[in-house]
Amino acid sequence: MADAEDAAAIEKYFASLGRKPSEAELRSIAQLWSEHCRHRTFRGRVVGPDGTLLADDLLSTFIGSVSSAPWVISSLRDNAGIVEFTRGYGIAVKVETHNHPSAVEPFGGAATGVGGVIRDVLAVWADPVALIDVLCFGPPDSPALHGALSPRRVMGGVISGIGHYGNNVGVPTLAGAVVFDGGYLGTPLVYAGCVGLVPPGGYSKDPRPGDVLVLVGNRTGRDGIAGATFASSALSGDIKSLRPAVQIPDPLVEEGLVRLISAVRDARAATGVTDLGGGGLAVAAAEMAHEAHAGCELILDEVPLREDLEPWEILVSESQERMLLSARPEEAGSLMTLARHEGLEAAIIGNLTDSRRFRALYRGAPVVDVDMDFLFHPPRLTRTAVPHVTESEDEPLLDDLRDPGAELLRLLSSPNISSRERVLRTYDLGVRGNTVVYPVEDPAGGHNDAAVIKPLDDSWEGIVISVGLRPRYSRLSPYWMAASSIDEAMRNNSAVGGRRISLLDNFAWGSPERPEEMWSLLEALRACRDFASGFGAPFVSGKDSLYNESEYGPVLPTLLITAVGVIPDVRRALTSGLKSPGDSVYAIGVTRAEMGGSEYFEMKGIRGGSVPKVRIDESRSAMECVIRAIDQGLLTASHDVSDGGIAVAAAEMAISGRVGLELDLGRLPSDGTSRDYQLLFSESNGRFLVEARAGADEELEGLMRSVGCRFSRVGSVVREGRLVIRGSRDVDLGLRELEDAWRRAPW
Amino acid sequence: MVRIAVLRGPGTNCDRETARAIAEAGAEASTVSVLDVESGAVDLRSFAGLVIPGGFSYADRVRAGAVLAAKLRTSLRDAIEDLRSRGRPVLGICNGFQVLVELGVLPGIDGCRAALAPNSSARFEFRWIHVRRVGRCRLSAGPDVQPMPVAHGEGKVVFSDPRCAEELESAGLVAYKYSMPDGTPAGGIYPYNPNGSEADIAGLCSPDGDVLGLMPHPERAIHDWQVPSALGPAGGISIFNVLVNIASRQMRSEELRRI
Repeated sequence: MADAEDAAAIEKYFASLGRKPSEAELRSIAQLWSEHCRHRTFRGRVVGPDGTLLADDLLSTFIGSVSSAPWVISSLRDNAGIVEFTRGYGIAVKVETHNHPSAVEPFGGAATGVGGVIRDVLAVWADPVALIDVLCFGPPDSPALHGALSPRRVMGGVISGIGHYGNNVGVPTLAGAVVFDGGYLGTPLVYAGCVGLVPPGGYSKDPRPGDVLVLVGNRTGRDGIAGATFASSALSGDIKSLRPAVQIPDPLVEEGLVRLISAVRDARAATGVTDLGGGGLAVAAAEMAHEAHAGCELILDEVPLREDLEPWEILVSESQERMLLSARPEEAGSLMTLARHEGLEAAIIGNLTDSRRFRALYRGAPVVDVDMDFLFHPPRLTRTAVPHVTESEDEPLLDDLRDPGAELLRLLSSPNISSRERVLRTYDLGVRGNTVVYPVEDPAGGHNDAAVIKPLDDSWEGIVISVGLRPRYSRLSPYWMAASSIDEAMRNNSAVGGRRISLLDNFAWGSPERPEEMWSLLEALRACRDFASGFGAPFVSGKDSLYNESEYGPVLPTLLITAVGVIPDVRRALTSGLKSPGDSVYAIGVTRAEMGGSEYFEMKGIRGGSVPKVRIDESRSAMECVIRAIDQGLLTASHDVSDGGIAVAAAEMAISGRVGLELDLGRLPSDGTSRDYQLLFSESNGRFLVEARAGADEELEGLMRSVGCRFSRVGSVVREGRLVIRGSRDVDLGLRELEDAWRRAPW
Repeated sequence: MVRIAVLRGPGTNCDRETARAIAEAGAEASTVSVLDVESGAVDLRSFAGLVIPGGFSYADRVRAGAVLAAKLRTSLRDAIEDLRSRGRPVLGICNGFQVLVELGVLPGIDGCRAALAPNSSARFEFRWIHVRRVGRCRLSAGPDVQPMPVAHGEGKVVFSDPRCAEELESAGLVAYKYSMPDGTPAGGIYPYNPNGSEADIAGLCSPDGDVLGLMPHPERAIHDWQVPSALGPAGGISIFNVLVNIASRQMRSEELRRI
């Protein structure tokens, strides 16, 4: 049990100093040693039920080992990962969760989540250029559980919080997803991500003893007290009483910080920067000192306050929109001038020392005085993992469909497939004028697989941003859940033309003290290593959010994979809508009888079945076919096949392009399928539907043969606004019918 | 090269792409902080033209925060009046349009006050729409019909008097109207008219032709790659070309007069 071990370590340490710890020391240590800040589980050991060691340091073993590639500039170290873009520019990227605050106070919780992740990207000297948000809620029609807000309330607040903050700060919200499942009823998840651009030579940090520490931005108040420890425990009790742990968002100040950090970087007026996130000033200052192999001394009286605070409160408050900079003493003046020019308050609140001690003074007396080594070496935890039996892997075989069209319409209006347009349009998708592929495609409002931005005026190169998550597969196999999430994120990226992909992992799990949770975490981590390595896509950043629990149990284990790719010429980027009648449509990749965890089985109320596997060679060559065809200008539309299978992908392409489509199920590359419903609705990985440019069929087929991907010409775009899928019984539906079903959002 | 000021205040966030559009139109864009205008460090009257870009809270502050609002109201209004008195152009986009309306610079005819009310949909909305160029504004420019994005929660043009729309239209002071993709009137139909504006009004021009304000974002529709492929070519640069041309001509004639 961590708490007892920690308490013993703290007692022993202070006994060696011959004194009792102060309140400020205890509070600061609690934040610094929290799961949120120190990743105690991910840095710990895991043993099996018989005590055998299964893994030692999960982060190094499963993620660190697959975190390098020639284009990686910084991975898993700083506040955000950084990869090369072009001509010396770097792409910074970070994704965070803000689950507990969003469950308690959806608007503020989600908004501050966005603010926090923007500051993570600022903390590697990047200019934010795009936001990501992925939201997981209980089924939209569920009533509120006792002690929790209803999914609809949470969703409404979260979505407006994200829009409010992102739109005000002026960063487009471009990638994301909304997922509904009963596994989120007690514990909704809110992931917020940010992509930034670092100019050539901009990423430099050299904090040294003697540097002054400058706190800029908002004043410090009593909001968000002890947020990091709040985030590291289960939600319990009356949620209203937890409100003080949620911070207050102010995007106007953040907008000033965005401009300030960029100006400070360009003027080289600071030696280091970090954001004040979980654990507040105590954590930010300690981590900056740690990075400088130094100590620090804070003068708490110098911290600008919004209200009277105790010294410990000053140390651990999580008031938003604050950043900590280090500067050579002679540069401090110009730093303060730059801050004033943005209308921001700045104060020198201490300095880095060569003592390797963390000291904080209040009214002339030390309130914290501890060794840095002690602060950064909490006792290592040992967790136990016990495999638990998952549901049957056998694929149940259903009778084939009497009316496949009716089934498709039902799927299109199901919560996880229906249109997200109403949500997406509340975000400013075009601010900064750099968006090339929007998440929602006008005029029809169809959805694209990934977003593309062109951040440099004098380069056609673009950044491609996508996400993948298949949480429902967790119930069958956490290993294949993780593998499928990676495959989905990467094929979404490839579908628009992204390549040279880097990945981020964001785990949202229940308590790691539960052996079965620990086991599923280990399984998912194992898949991360196997498939990042198999796909040659490094993990550059990530975060684990554990203790997502309520009195209704642990959250559905959810791994969000974010993929960041590049495209050499944004003018080649593809959207998913069909373009021209007469064009051929090809299916790439193999459809299998893998219905386990599918939207179709969910709709039918069938649990169990064979979960989709990932076959690295097949997926890789399918992605390569698409990317090379895009580069050679052979395609006019492309869409990944995912939730709801081929039938849903085909309907989405027709809806988005406002033209008809005729497909022949019999021509689909398949393996081991025996029923039409499998061909229509299976969610096998590694598949695309693409539209060939008129006259390019032969060249495209030649290319795909030479790459070696499984493909087949399955149909063509037709003028008449109908979707026809020929099988033992045909799907034959008008576009209007399809669109009405798809837009009939049940939420 | 003439210098055009792009005003930014706390919460302005479209200044980067606006400055870029001005530069592409051949002028030097200077992004000027409201704080510098207030402190007197920068004099807006030294510029050949002024663009108030989109963003969020600036207009809200004009409406809300009393002291700051009073200060900004006077200093900004004075600067705008001064620029206009010399025939130098002023353009307001999105929140910048809201500011011009708040300050009473637009619509600028007696008996008509306008406001940008919450969208009929009652929410912020991003969407590509089409606008048709109408009226007789010397600052309005571009193809007859062109795609532009809107991104606002409060963009519904409403008037103090129901006759205002007609009056402004017959005076040629309605510069842009929301339209169907083929240029026929949107007729108030959502989403072609995205916010429920009276008479499909998307942009207004002052009677002297020196001030143009519009809700859609021409600065985000400069290049074809910014525009969804189904919507046709980008035409947003023309507004900035005309702005820069008028500003340059004006500066030359002021120069000549001085000589």
